[in-house]
Amino acid sequence: MKLTGQTWEFTSKPRLLAGATVVGPEEGQGPLSGDYDYIYDNLEINEKTWEKAERKLLEQASQLAIVKAELTKDQIQFIIGGDLLNQIISSTFAAKKLGAPYLGVFGACSTSMESLALAALLVDTGAAERVLAGTASHNCTAEKQFRYPTEYGSQKPPTAQYTVTGSGCGIVGTGGTGPVVARATIGRVMDLGIKDPFNMGAAMAPAAADTIEAHFRDTGLTPEHYDLIVTGDLASVGLPIAKELLQKAEVPMHETEFNDCGLLVYDMQKQAYVKSGGSGCGCSAVVTYGHLLKRLNNKEIRKVLIVATGALLSPLSYQQGESIPCIAHAVALEMED
Amino acid sequence: MPASTKNKGAKFSLDTLSNQDYKSIAQKHEPKRSTLKNCAFAFLIGGGICLLGQAIQQGFMAWFDMSVKEAASPTVAVLIIISVILTSIGVYDKIAQIAGAGTAVPVTGFANSMCSAALEHKSEGYVLGVGANMFKLAGSVIVFGTVAAFFVGLVYAILGLQGVHHP
Repeated sequence: MKLTGQTWEFTSKPRLLAGATVVGPEEGQGPLSGDYDYIYDNLEINEKTWEKAERKLLEQASQLAIVKAELTKDQIQFIIGGDLLNQIISSTFAAKKLGAPYLGVFGACSTSMESLALAALLVDTGAAERVLAGTASHNCTAEKQFRYPTEYGSQKPPTAQYTVTGSGCGIVGTGGTGPVVARATIGRVMDLGIKDPFNMGAAMAPAAADTIEAHFRDTGLTPEHYDLIVTGDLASVGLPIAKELLQKAEVPMHETEFNDCGLLVYDMQKQAYVKSGGSGCGCSAVVTYGHLLKRLNNKEIRKVLIVATGALLSPLSYQQGESIPCIAHAVALEMED
Repeated sequence: MPASTKNKGAKFSLDTLSNQDYKSIAQKHEPKRSTLKNCAFAFLIGGGICLLGQAIQQGFMAWFDMSVKEAASPTVAVLIIISVILTSIGVYDKIAQIAGAGTAVPVTGFANSMCSAALEHKSEGYVLGVGANMFKLAGSVIVFGTVAAFFVGLVYAILGLQGVHHP
């Protein structure tokens, strides 16, 4: 591993051996439905509580990832995971089922790339040979914890986003044929004073721009190096803001395709109830381990940078009038020629 | 860290971007809120709920031989039941997305806030879940309703206005 600034260059080429995704019905109606491993037809995920539903998504995605990597759960040496619920309880219960040593992390919706970056670091530095990284979110657990009861009749503004019901897990290891986890840039906490929890895109855009800028500064690469750069869940409000910030910072993002997982995961016309787009831990996780991994393995794209964005607020912090601190972590996945 | 980025010629940096300058960048990309449309839907749907209430009240008066006052309570009860049923089958929140204040202000909104909280927290049991959370949203309405009533009463007392009491 080589450290430059805030970027890790993984020199021993740890690979993403396999990834798996399990999603809810609304994601199953989205344009990426063909890229998921399992789609539930009910939001309850056949469970009695929303929390159990979220946990089940993560349990199943992690088990599927192990099967797809042709491993057994005893061969997983570490689990790195997190979610949006208090005390990251979904990850803990899923890790209990797998039984491997567990590192719980919290990066809100950036957890997908935070856990993947740490998993690659463990493998790259020789601390482990096979690490499972994963996260999950459920629309209704997020509504219940951060907003109102799910059936409460409140009118959402057009800047609001829709939490993805789904889980994505990946296994990082040595050998194999999957894409190489080439490098990762760990983000700083950015807060430019946005206080509206229904405008997360605007709150998170500076964090995404800062991490992308740092990534190219540290690596000496230009956006042209990547076939695709995606942010985690900036959606239709945050992505144009990030674009403007990067343009002002003179990062030539026009050299590549620059999109957002929150815009990819839903059909923005037919699924208008998602307002400005998808969000949640599951958003970048299901797009990365489902859609992007499939495109990488099919060699439709060869190099992709995923910049997962997270709003690190708590219901208490915004009720007390605090602004929303945000973060973004970037991981580069590359297929070898 | 400088508070402003107004220095001409200085390279743009996120570190020196002030909250105020960022706000103006962010606001450009914020979709417009359709206030006029929202007001129209709130008026129509909210008015529709009131019209339904009036019809129910007239029904009680016509068929059950009740006075206006007598019919008031059963009318409210029927509206609450309708709201609770629509909440339970997952429809009320969908209507509310269009209606906004139109479904929040009438008694049906109050019922929705209690019913939705009760449904949501049933998983934590009847005492710590349903009982403790049912007034999570409705509680403020009751507290501030009572406080407002107290102050109105105070104004009446100070000005010597005798509220007419109907026995």
